[in-house]
Amino acid sequence: MISLLAQISNGDDLYVAQNIFWWFFAIVTVIAAVKVVTTDNIVHAALHLVIVLAGVAVQFVFLGSEFAAATQVLVYIGAIVVLLLFGIMLTRGSLGDDGLVDTERRGLGALVALLLFGLMAFSLVDGFEDVLLPEDSRNLVEVTTPIDTDIDDDEFIRQTRGSDTAAIGDAIFESYIVPFEAVSVLLLAALIGAVVIARKE
Amino acid sequence: MLLNQFLLLAAVLFCLGVYGVITRKNGVMVLMSIEMILNAVNINLVAFGAFNGTPIGSVFALFVIAVAAAEVGIGLAIVLLIYRNKKSIDFSEVDLLKG
Repeated sequence: MISLLAQISNGDDLYVAQNIFWWFFAIVTVIAAVKVVTTDNIVHAALHLVIVLAGVAVQFVFLGSEFAAATQVLVYIGAIVVLLLFGIMLTRGSLGDDGLVDTERRGLGALVALLLFGLMAFSLVDGFEDVLLPEDSRNLVEVTTPIDTDIDDDEFIRQTRGSDTAAIGDAIFESYIVPFEAVSVLLLAALIGAVVIARKE
Repeated sequence: MLLNQFLLLAAVLFCLGVYGVITRKNGVMVLMSIEMILNAVNINLVAFGAFNGTPIGSVFALFVIAVAAAEVGIGLAIVLLIYRNKKSIDFSEVDLLKG
């Protein structure tokens, strides 16, 4: 809020709309997150989790990472929430209030969470007090410039790259190809493991 | 925009997830809280990637998303197995190893 007021007073109207939308989505995300951890109805908790995950995808868009946002929507909202809803339906008879979802450790949990947040907020405010994100250079690319045939391929790719998706693809399939293959083996192992654990007998 | 906006939002989500893991005793709800914690970490990774101007933050966030998908699959299989054996997914009753 302080940054928003400061930017309005500086006459920096470029970021005012961005900041208003950011605060709107941030508040919606936090309210939904509170509902996820406090509601007594498991199905409502799962549906509020959808709002939280969508809010995180919006944060990725604000940070200029569209590919991560699209993956967040596809994998989390599309797959993981459906998996959680299947888990809810397979482990409960009815869809009403459960009433037995919380332990008696609410005070302890609140204490731990508040202490942790105090520590993190203090160190973040202390360490990154007024650090600004760099302005998104992709917005400065002139799309209508005629293609210069004298430049080499790398320069051409760099100039015509419209999003960070190409950069992410380059990074995954050049520097991080071994972790990428390891993750695919991990997913296969998790698939087989889930079937072995959950099957009857 | 300030870097701290994103980091503090991620801290709020992380602490709410920790609160959920401590207070919930329904197994599926514990898994939901863990998903919120992993999402908070992803916001941090992408924010620092954007701060440094590299796509590496997004790459690590994608790896975290893939590992989270594997984790929730195995976690739900374990919850279903506990439900089949004990007819309950109350994690406070799963105390076989308690001394």
